[in-house]
Amino acid sequence: MTVLDAPAPHAAPRAPADARTALRLYRAMVVGRAFDRTATAFTRQGRLAVYPSSRGQEACQTGSVLALRPTDWIFPTYRESVALLTRGIPAEDVLTLFRGDRHCGYDPAAHRTAPQCTPLATQCLHAAGLADAARMRGDDVVALAYIGDGATSEGDFHEAVNYAAVRRAPVVFFVQNNQYAISVPIAKQTAARSLADKAPGYGATGVQVDGNDALAVHAAVTEAARRARAGAGPTLIEAMTYRLEAHTNADDDTRYRSADEVAAWSAKDPVARLERTLLDDGVLDAAAVAETAASADALTAALRRDFAEPPRRDPMEMLRHVYHQPPHHLREQAALLAGAADEADGADGDGAAAARGGEHR
Amino acid sequence: MTPPTVTLAKALNTALRHAMREDDRTLVLGEDVGTLGGVFRVTDGLTEEFGEERCFDTPLAESAIIGTAVGMAMYGYRPVVEMQFDAFAYPAFEQLVSHVAKFRSRTRGALPLPLTVRIPYGGGIGGVEHHSDSSEIYYMATPGLTVVTPATVADAYSLLRRSIASPDPVVFLEPKRLYWQKDEVALPVDTGPLGWAAIRRPGTDATLVTYGPTLPVALAAAEAAAEHGRSLEVVDLRTLSPFDEDTVAASVRRTGRAVVVHEAHGFAGPGAEIAARITERCFYHLEAPVRRVTGLDVPYPAPLLEGHYLPDVGRILDAVERLEWPATPRTSGAAA
Ligand SMILES: Cc1ncc(C[n+]2csc(CCOP(=O)(O)OP(=O)(O)O)c2C)c(N)n1
Repeated sequence: MTVLDAPAPHAAPRAPADARTALRLYRAMVVGRAFDRTATAFTRQGRLAVYPSSRGQEACQTGSVLALRPTDWIFPTYRESVALLTRGIPAEDVLTLFRGDRHCGYDPAAHRTAPQCTPLATQCLHAAGLADAARMRGDDVVALAYIGDGATSEGDFHEAVNYAAVRRAPVVFFVQNNQYAISVPIAKQTAARSLADKAPGYGATGVQVDGNDALAVHAAVTEAARRARAGAGPTLIEAMTYRLEAHTNADDDTRYRSADEVAAWSAKDPVARLERTLLDDGVLDAAAVAETAASADALTAALRRDFAEPPRRDPMEMLRHVYHQPPHHLREQAALLAGAADEADGADGDGAAAARGGEHR
Repeated sequence: MTPPTVTLAKALNTALRHAMREDDRTLVLGEDVGTLGGVFRVTDGLTEEFGEERCFDTPLAESAIIGTAVGMAMYGYRPVVEMQFDAFAYPAFEQLVSHVAKFRSRTRGALPLPLTVRIPYGGGIGGVEHHSDSSEIYYMATPGLTVVTPATVADAYSLLRRSIASPDPVVFLEPKRLYWQKDEVALPVDTGPLGWAAIRRPGTDATLVTYGPTLPVALAAAEAAAEHGRSLEVVDLRTLSPFDEDTVAASVRRTGRAVVVHEAHGFAGPGAEIAARITERCFYHLEAPVRRVTGLDVPYPAPLLEGHYLPDVGRILDAVERLEWPATPRTSGAAA
């Protein structure tokens, strides 16, 4: 395990993960990589509206999720597809948002996973609030909020860290410093020596970790969660990593970074790196590598099959869940949508009744 | 010689370039506006031509972008800021509403803010959540802000130039789905001052009042209506606040009927204000209540459903048909 050189108090713990954890991490990373490749292929086939790739950030996403308990909550952004998959959310549901049939493709309560957040840094406050609520209830629950390096410039991030520190809320703020916010490099984002440095000012703990080392990430998050549970308050983890693909498939990264830079980071590929480490340590053998590859293939084959089905499109869906009881103007619009435009003037066209029926089903 | 073909995005880019060339107090700042040239390429090449001090990437913080632009404007600059998408301008709402809109009146005219806030807005491009909001009503509801939205390539250039030149803060809303619309226009072009609507298609039977992203939809509806013998006049507001009551009222008085068409939510939306003003000014000329065709009153839906959300030609024609027509449709020109 590698921990980046950083002065105290940033040094991440070096507790070595056991072989079983290491294998789980390896498997999640290989599967995550294959999933990401398939999703990227879907964008080329026009089957996804957009996809922000996780390629290069698999160690961050699997290492963090697997360090938590299933009862802990995570607050992902659009970037965290591999984290969602590692949480056990079905592959097709992970992609629902990007296919464009729904804003959230899974049941957040069932997976203890907030909807993927697009407005930057806003989820940090939700995580702080949920963690604080759990603390007040006396529940042993930790919340982990994912955030990008760029989004640490937003006011909401600072408000969340400050709030959580004051309230000793059991939160982990997990920054994936992938070096760019779309086109803007970290040097234009902050003049601080590190993002982890921001924590002490709020009375939170700051840790910097090699984000391409899954074992190091796992250890750092395990320790941060332990401290949170022990009432020691929030930890801000800065995981140093790199996004190997463009920001999304719609972005042209050649405008703002060089092929050399991408190649240099490709050489630090977190998936290949863990595989090498585990082979060297004898935790992994060729048979296990082949078996893991086969299960990744099975997952992507199933995903391609599921994606061959036409997506769900029920226009009534968008009206059904705006309020507990649809107000009359929404019932009129339901009638309009149902094609009963002529009745839309009265509150009780067929379509409106149907919409109400739908609400109470 | 025919003028060159220009996209709306390119016209905006040219307007920024010309404004920066003519006045070195003009600054462009925002997220990804530098090296990348903006996610819609509206600021493409500006850093190259004017340097990092005149067009620059800010840290990722909308409240900071608008708040610091306030300070720059106080110190004599004319900042043009870019909010990357409609829903990402909300973190800056505090600055816009509490300060940008109120500086002139708070300081009794001593510190006006010549500041332009460009916001790509609206849907119809298959964007995921938070990339398709029609947020104009929030700005329209704020006294002190001028709210502008172009729908043609020429207006994109001209209205942006006029906005940057304005002594007051302008929220300049750019309809995303029209960015790639092309027209033959020789730039520079001047289409007139802020605060004036344009009649895009003359007609005699009813007036469609619209702006920004739904102008092409309204024009298509007018075309379709003409095939059925109804002559629809199409008014493009261009500036939402201040609202050009005179042009709209004159049109509705001629036609006697009005439908307001916009993509924003209908309930307490822009159409409510517009319809109320039409009723006040044209009550004795109206043959029917003013109708509205709007986006639905739901959070902007997932991309595969947006076709059901957005006003389309069919919905406009339905509304037109419900304008209490006499049994035999009036023929063109009969409405006085
Ligand atoms: C409040 C807000 N402003 C702007 C955006 C547009 N936007 C989406 S992603 C992005 C860059 C984010 O970079 P970073 O936080 O480093 O995360 P990454 O995408 O690299 O994972 C921007 C500017 C947004 N989603 N929300």
